[in-house]
Amino acid sequence: MRSEPLWAQIVQQLNMRWPDLLQALLQHVQLVIVSMLIAAAVGIPLGVLITRARSLEAPVLGVAGILQTIPSLALLGFMIPLFGIGIKTAIAALFLYSLLPIIRNTVTGINNVDAATLEAARGMGMTDSQILLKVQFPLALNVIMAGIRTATVINVGTATLAAFIGGGGLGDFIFIGISRNIDALVLIGAVPAALLALLFDRLLGILEKATAPAG
Amino acid sequence: MIKFDNVSKRYGNGSVVVKSLNFETQEGELLVLIGPSGCGKTTTMKMINRLVPHSEGRITIGGKDVGSLDPVLLRRGIGYVIQQIGLFPHYTIEENIALIPRLNKWEERAVKERVRHLMDVVGLNPEAFAGRYPRELSGGQQQRVGVARALAANPDIILMDEPFGALDPLTREQLQDELLRIQSEMHKTVVFVTHDIDEALKLGDRIGVMRDGALLQLDTPDRLLTNPAHGFVEEFIGKKRIYQNPDYVPITDIMRDHPATTQPYRTAGMAVSFMRKHKTDTLIITDGGGGLLGIVSAYDLHSVGGDETLARIMKPVASVLADTATAKDALKMIGKTPLGVIPVVDGGGKVVGVVTRGSLLSFFANQWSEEDSIEK
Ligand SMILES: Nc1ncnc2c1ncn2[C@@H]1O[C@H](COP(=O)(O)OP(=O)(O)OP(=O)(O)O)[C@@H](O)[C@H]1O
Ligand SMILES: [Mg+2]
Repeated sequence: MRSEPLWAQIVQQLNMRWPDLLQALLQHVQLVIVSMLIAAAVGIPLGVLITRARSLEAPVLGVAGILQTIPSLALLGFMIPLFGIGIKTAIAALFLYSLLPIIRNTVTGINNVDAATLEAARGMGMTDSQILLKVQFPLALNVIMAGIRTATVINVGTATLAAFIGGGGLGDFIFIGISRNIDALVLIGAVPAALLALLFDRLLGILEKATAPAG
Repeated sequence: MIKFDNVSKRYGNGSVVVKSLNFETQEGELLVLIGPSGCGKTTTMKMINRLVPHSEGRITIGGKDVGSLDPVLLRRGIGYVIQQIGLFPHYTIEENIALIPRLNKWEERAVKERVRHLMDVVGLNPEAFAGRYPRELSGGQQQRVGVARALAANPDIILMDEPFGALDPLTREQLQDELLRIQSEMHKTVVFVTHDIDEALKLGDRIGVMRDGALLQLDTPDRLLTNPAHGFVEEFIGKKRIYQNPDYVPITDIMRDHPATTQPYRTAGMAVSFMRKHKTDTLIITDGGGGLLGIVSAYDLHSVGGDETLARIMKPVASVLADTATAKDALKMIGKTPLGVIPVVDGGGKVVGVVTRGSLLSFFANQWSEEDSIEK
């Protein structure tokens, strides 16, 4: 088996494990999407909040920044005491990782709205929430989407580490491949992960363009 | 309509930027606030729609204290136009203008109609522009939309903070003209901030001159020019400016005060020596009480005998100015005046001076050279 060329090994492994691969892929997508949805659900409102309460900006961005500097594996490790091992922990860690780009881009997007536009909006009698929903948010949306896109691409890669704490995903193949020294397995995990990242990048890129303010 | 009662504005750092303002706008008037940069014009304006809260005093609109009104509802009733225009870049022109009517839940048909009407009013063809986005418009066109947007919900009051300040001179003038036309139809109460005195004089029914947070004088353009209540007002408006505009130069500032006059019983010979003495070639003929009778020129005297009386030689005066006239009247008249000499008479018909081509010319020439020396 060792002597067979790599491509033959790959074909053989794929033959043997394609149902597992498919499941791992779905699990991987699930890890990414769930953690991203939570990160967006938390990060965007948090970003909006700190544009309203300026004093919160430094601490919130600071904490999110620190979270992102923690090495991925270490962060996964920190999560274990909280959530045990498994998918929950992985999602929690991925969620924390994705917060910074989302919060930061939300803040940037909203703060970039032209001051004159805001003054006109206020001066003509729009309420704060009307200004947020009809002016700031639509104008910031594509910047926010760019943050989500960045976070997602990083997230696809980081999610391969979920396997180390029993979170599943394509990392399982890479993990087993490394520990058993089977290159084909590593590739079977890594290549789809890379393609997945490209795919998300593409799709979210389209979404980002679509959310660019008209005009 | 809008009334300021001892209104002051103090910022957190302790600086008082508006000091005990007292004034009241009349309904339907265009009131201009003018003054040097930082004197508090914008602050004063923004206290009306509560974008800036005032610190002391009372601001009322139609008797209601603005402090007691919901700021959002207050602002919905006040149009707001700013120099930076501030259109919503993600909305079409139609959506920009329609925003407040839609927030006010107008019927969609009424909104559409209103938008078309207002685009016509500000001189933008709805077919061509309604569907465009702001950045597809020139600055002047954008500000037309800004004005239309401010008028959208048909407010009684419009606040305009240097609305045309960023436009090129030609466009600015166009928009000023349009504003005057719109105002003559709609009679809004407009508070208009500028630091362009020409704009103020052109647009304002009344002009308030501010300095260091205080209102120095609030008056009609005419009275401001002819009766500045404060040295600063005079200086700011520019004495030279008064003279630049012949409309505002009283004829008494230009005329020669002691014209060479004589009476009709004198002879031609006497008249000639009199002219020599006074270095003039025309004489005004008056009766004993100084009343104007006619005029003789050196040319007329040439062809007659020295004993002829002036009563027989003098010509009636075709052009006369009252002493309340302005330089403009004189300028209009001088071209058609045969001898280039216009007597000026007071209310009783008594000659008080003469305006000649020479006196007009030297007067304006002096203004020009004075202005040069001020600017350099
Ligand atoms: N938020 C603020 N805090 C403290 N001072 C302020 C604030 N806003 C304005 N000022 C000061 O208040 C004064 C008046 O400002 P304002 O904007 O009303 O002037 P302005 O007459 O409109 O001037 P310009 O012609 O330059 O627009 C200025 O000295 C300015 O520095
Ligand atoms: Mg200002």
